[in-house]
Amino acid sequence: MRLKLKIWRQKNSQEKGEMVSYNIEDISPDMSFLEMMDVLNEQLTLKGVDPVAFDHDCREGICGSCSMFINGEAHGPDRLVTTCQLHMRKFKDGDTIYIEPFRANTFPVIKDLVVDRSAFDRIQHAGGYISINTSGNTQDANAIPIEKNSADKAFDAATCIGCGACVATCKNSSAMLFVSAKVSQFSLLPQGKVEANERVLNMVKQMDEEGFGNCTNTGACEVECPKGISLENIARMNRDFIKAKISK
Amino acid sequence: MALDSKIPNGPISEKWTNHKNNIKLVSPANKRQIDVIVVGTGLAGGSASATLAELGYNVKAFCFQDSPRRAHSIAAQGGINAAKNYQGDGDSVYRLFYDTVKGGDYRSREANVYRLAEVSANIIDQCVAQGVPFARDYGGLLDNRSFGGVLVSRTFYAKGQTGQQLLLGAYSAMNRQIARGKIKMYNRHEMMDIVLVDGKARGIITRNLINGKIERHSAHAVVIASGGYGNLFYLSTNAMGSNVSASWKIHKKGAFFANPCFTQIHPTCIPVSGDHQSKLTLMSESLRNDGRIWVPKSKSDAIAIREGRLKPTELSEDQRDYYLERRYPAFGNLVPRDVASRAAKERCDAGYGVNKTGEAVFLDFASAIVRYGKEKALLKGLDQSDDNIVGKLGKEVIKSKYGNLFQMYEKIVDQNPYETPMMIYPAVHYTMGGVWVDYNLMTTIPGCFAIGEANFSDHGANRLGASALMQGLADGYFVLPYTIGDYLAEDIRTGQISTETKEFEDAEKSVKEKIKFLIQNKGTKSVDYFHKKLGKIIWNKCGMSRNEKGLKEAIKEIQSLREDFYKNISVPGTSDSFNESLAKATRVSDFLELGELFAKDALERTESCGGHFREESQSKEGEALRDDKNFTFVSAWESNGSPSNSILHKEILNYENIELKTRSYK
Amino acid sequence: MAISGIFLIIFLLQHFIINITSVFSESIFNQFSHFMGTNFVVQFIAQPILILGVVFHFVMGFVLDFKNRTSRKIKYVKYKGDANASWMSRNMIISGLVVLSFLGLHFYDFWIPEMNYKYVEFLPDDPNRYYDELTHKFEDLTKVVIYVISFGFLSLHLLHGFSSSFQSLGLNKYNFLIKIIANIYAIGIPLGFSFIAIFHYLNS
Repeated sequence: MRLKLKIWRQKNSQEKGEMVSYNIEDISPDMSFLEMMDVLNEQLTLKGVDPVAFDHDCREGICGSCSMFINGEAHGPDRLVTTCQLHMRKFKDGDTIYIEPFRANTFPVIKDLVVDRSAFDRIQHAGGYISINTSGNTQDANAIPIEKNSADKAFDAATCIGCGACVATCKNSSAMLFVSAKVSQFSLLPQGKVEANERVLNMVKQMDEEGFGNCTNTGACEVECPKGISLENIARMNRDFIKAKISK
Repeated sequence: MALDSKIPNGPISEKWTNHKNNIKLVSPANKRQIDVIVVGTGLAGGSASATLAELGYNVKAFCFQDSPRRAHSIAAQGGINAAKNYQGDGDSVYRLFYDTVKGGDYRSREANVYRLAEVSANIIDQCVAQGVPFARDYGGLLDNRSFGGVLVSRTFYAKGQTGQQLLLGAYSAMNRQIARGKIKMYNRHEMMDIVLVDGKARGIITRNLINGKIERHSAHAVVIASGGYGNLFYLSTNAMGSNVSASWKIHKKGAFFANPCFTQIHPTCIPVSGDHQSKLTLMSESLRNDGRIWVPKSKSDAIAIREGRLKPTELSEDQRDYYLERRYPAFGNLVPRDVASRAAKERCDAGYGVNKTGEAVFLDFASAIVRYGKEKALLKGLDQSDDNIVGKLGKEVIKSKYGNLFQMYEKIVDQNPYETPMMIYPAVHYTMGGVWVDYNLMTTIPGCFAIGEANFSDHGANRLGASALMQGLADGYFVLPYTIGDYLAEDIRTGQISTETKEFEDAEKSVKEKIKFLIQNKGTKSVDYFHKKLGKIIWNKCGMSRNEKGLKEAIKEIQSLREDFYKNISVPGTSDSFNESLAKATRVSDFLELGELFAKDALERTESCGGHFREESQSKEGEALRDDKNFTFVSAWESNGSPSNSILHKEILNYENIELKTRSYK
Repeated sequence: MAISGIFLIIFLLQHFIINITSVFSESIFNQFSHFMGTNFVVQFIAQPILILGVVFHFVMGFVLDFKNRTSRKIKYVKYKGDANASWMSRNMIISGLVVLSFLGLHFYDFWIPEMNYKYVEFLPDDPNRYYDELTHKFEDLTKVVIYVISFGFLSLHLLHGFSSSFQSLGLNKYNFLIKIIANIYAIGIPLGFSFIAIFHYLNS
C-alpha cells in the first residue's frame, strides 16, 4: 500500500504545532497502525529527522496508552479497538490519513501525538477506590455473595482502560463516560456502596475542576470507546449524583 | 561472598509465621521518618507502594508510563491462583506449593514457594474487598477455572482481563495513598541508576521522560519492581517499553542476577505474520481449558493448508493429530507451558506447521462448542440433536467465557475463530530468572529489594499459569511490607538522606555522560536495528531449545553486536526533550549486556529443566532430562566488569518437603 | 437543562392539547383559551414561571454551549462528528436558536397582542375572540411556511432533547420505553402543530 499521512507535529507543550505531510510506501495490510508508524519513524530516523512521538506500550489493546485521532475519529475508523489493534487492512491504497493527538484543554500536548492525561489520574485520586486497608485481614472473599448480574455489570464498567477516547471524541470534551465507568464499578458492588455518595460527589467535583466539558448525551463516546463502555453508566452516575446531593 | 538465603528454621508450614513473629518492627512514629523508593507500579510495585504507604512510610513511586495503571501487569489475561479450595476438589496450601515446585521443575526455593501458597488465599480476600470484579456463578459466589499443569480448579479470573482488574485494584489502593500524600507519584520517569552510600542502597537517578531532566532521589531503601526482561527477544508478549534496565543497573552495582536463562515461552500466542511485526499477542492459557490443539496427521495436508488449498475444517477427526492428548494423556491440552511449547515446536520443525511460515498449530473450539451447546440445550429443553441450535448455544457459552480474546484474535488475524480454528505458536512471555533475593526479598545490595517478576524466587525453571499475578501481589501486599521492616529498623536514626553527596554526583555524572554519548554518536543505524538483531540471535540460538554450539556462537555474535552498537548507533533528537529513541537506546544497551549473560548461563547449565531445554540433555522420546546431581542450584551471577567475566555463585537448593522426581504429565 | 427541558415539554403538551381543539370545535377552544387567559393562577403564577423556564433554558443552553466549545481550544483539523453521533445531538444550539427565533415571532403574533389587549388597553373581556384571532394569523402562506419549518426544527430539538433529559436525570436514554415515548412525542407534537397551522390556512 502507498499512503499519504498528514500528522500533527509539535515540538513541545509551549510551541505551536502544525500538520506535516509524509508519503509512505510498501505498507502491508496485515500491519497494525502503529507498525505502520514504526516504518515511518525508522525512515525518519535514518534521514536524521526527529521521529513522530506517540504513546504506546502493550500493543494489545489493554494498557490504554495509544491515543491517536485518525481521520476524524478516536482510534480510527474501526470499532471496539484501540489504535494499536487497528490494522492497515481498514484503509485503501492511496488513502490520505489524518493523524492528530487526542485533543482537549484537559489533555495538553506534550509532543506530537503524545498528550498529558494526568487529569484522569487526579479524578481517581479524588475517590476512585474503596477505603480498605491492604492488610489482608479482610473477611473471606465468599462472605458477601454478589448477584451475577451486578457482578457482570460492575465488570463491564471496570473494563475501561482510561485511554481518553471518550474525551477526545466528545464534541464537548466531556469525561463523563470515564468517570461514570469508575463510579459505576464501585457503586454496583456491595463493597463500594458504603462510600458511594461521597465518591460520586468528589469525583464529579474533581472532573469539573479539571475543566472537562459537560455531557450533552450525544452518545459519541460510547460508539468510539474501544471497550464498549455503555452510556448506561452515565445515567447511573447521574442518578447516584442526584441521590448523593439530596441526601447530603 | 557466600550467598545467604536467610531461610528461617522450623517446619515449612511455620517458617513464615515464625519469621514474622521474630523480625524487627519499625514503630509508627519512626515510619514517618523513613522514605522508600519503589521503581515500577505493576502488581508488585503498585501493591507494595500502597501497603508501605498505608503502614506509614513515605513512598516515592516511579513508572515510565504516563500512569501507574498502564504497567504491563494489566495485560495478564487468564487468572490468579489461590489455595481457597472453594470447589472442594482437594486443593490446599500444600498442593499449591507442590504444584508450583513441580511445575517449576524443582529449581525454586521451597520456603519461598510455601509462603507464596500460604498467602495466596489472602490475596483473593483482599482484592474482593477492594472491589475487583472477579467472575461469579449464579449463586453469587466466586467462580474458578483450571489452568495448565495442575489437577484442581484454583484459578480466579475476571473474564480474560484478570491482570487489568487486579492492577486497577492495586492502582486504586495507590490512589487512596496518593490522595493522602503518603505516595508521591513520579509518572514518565525512568530509573537510570541506583546510588549506593556506604554499600547501602540510598537512592536512584532518574530521567524525566518529558523534558529529559536528570533527577536525584534519595531514600532509606529502594525496591525494584520493574518486571521481567522478555523484550530481550525483541518479539515477545511484553509491552514495548518493558525493559531490564532497573534490574541491570542494580546488578552492575552489586546485585546478583539469578538464572537469567530461565525464560518462559508461552504456547498460545498469535503467530508472527511478517518482518514488520513489533510485538506478539498472547491468547490466554485459559483457552486450553476448552480448545484442543492439533496439526494434520499427514504432511501433505499440512502443506495444502499452508498454501490455502485446504481448510482446516475440512479435515476429519482421524486426519488430525491431537499431539498433546496423544503424548500426554493424563494432562492432555493442559500440560505446563514449557511442555506445550516444545511439543508445538517439535511438530512445526517436523513440517506439520499450518500457517504461511509453517510456524503455527491449531487451537480448536469446535468440540467445546458442541459440548457446551448440548449442555445448554438440555437445560433449556431444546433439541440436542439440532446442530444449529447446539452450535448457536455453544458459541454463546464460549463467547461469555472468552469473548474478548476471540474478538482480539479476529481483529489481528482477520479470521473468525468461532468458525475456523485459531492458529497459535509459542512466544516469549515471562522470565523466571531475575535479580537474586533472599527470603526477605532483599538483593545482595543491602537496602535494595526486588519483587514480582523482577526477582527470581518462586517459579524455578518454569512458571505455572496464573501464578505470576499471585506472586506479584503476594510480594507487594503481604511479604515485602513485613520483611522490609527488618532492614529499616536499623535506619530509624539515619534521618533524611541528602542527595548532595559525592555518590549522587558521580552516579548522575555517569548517566549524563552515557546520554551525551548516545546523542552525539550520530551513527548510521537505528536502535530498532540493534534490538531486532539481538532478538533474532537470542530467539534462534537461546530460544526454545539450546545447544552448546549455538550458545557459544550467540555469545560471540552478541559481543560483536554490542561493539557495533557503540560505534554506529544513531539517536535523533536532543537529550532535553521527549525522546523515545533515546529512552529505547539506553534500554537496548542494557539488553545487549544481559543477552550475553543469558547465553552464558544457558551454556553453563548443561541439563534440561523447565523452560531451559538443552538438546544434549534429553530422553529418547525427546523429553527433557534434568540433572539433579549437578544442577540442583540457583545460578547467581555477580557482575564483574563485562558479562563474560561474571562470576557464578551457587545457591544450593534443598528439598526437605518435596521429593525430587522426574516431572511427568503423561 | 434537563429539568427545564422536561418542564417545557410538559408545557408544550398542554399547549398542543388546547390548540388541537381548534381543529374540532371553535367553542371548546374558546372556552379553554378564555380560562387560560383570565385565570389568576395561570396568568400570574404559571405564566411567569413558564417565562422564567424558557429564559433559563436558553440562557443555560448558551452558557453550556459556550463552555463546551471552549473546552477544546485547539480544534481538530479533521473531525468526523457524524461517524458516532446524530446531527440532532450535535446541533442542539442550532435547532435551539431556530426555535428561539420562532418563539420571538410567536410572541409577536399572539402573546404581545394578548398582553396589549388585556393589560395595556384594558379592552373588554370577550370569551369568543380567541378562535378568530387564531385563524386570522394563518391566512398568510409565508407565515404558515415559517411556522412549519420551525416546527421541523422543534422536532429535531426534541428528538435529542427529550431522551437526553432522562439520561441526565439518571434514566438511561436507550431504555426502550423512554425511547419510544420520546420519539413519538418529538415527531408527533411538532407534526400536530404543523397540522393545526396548515388546517387553518386551508380553511381560511
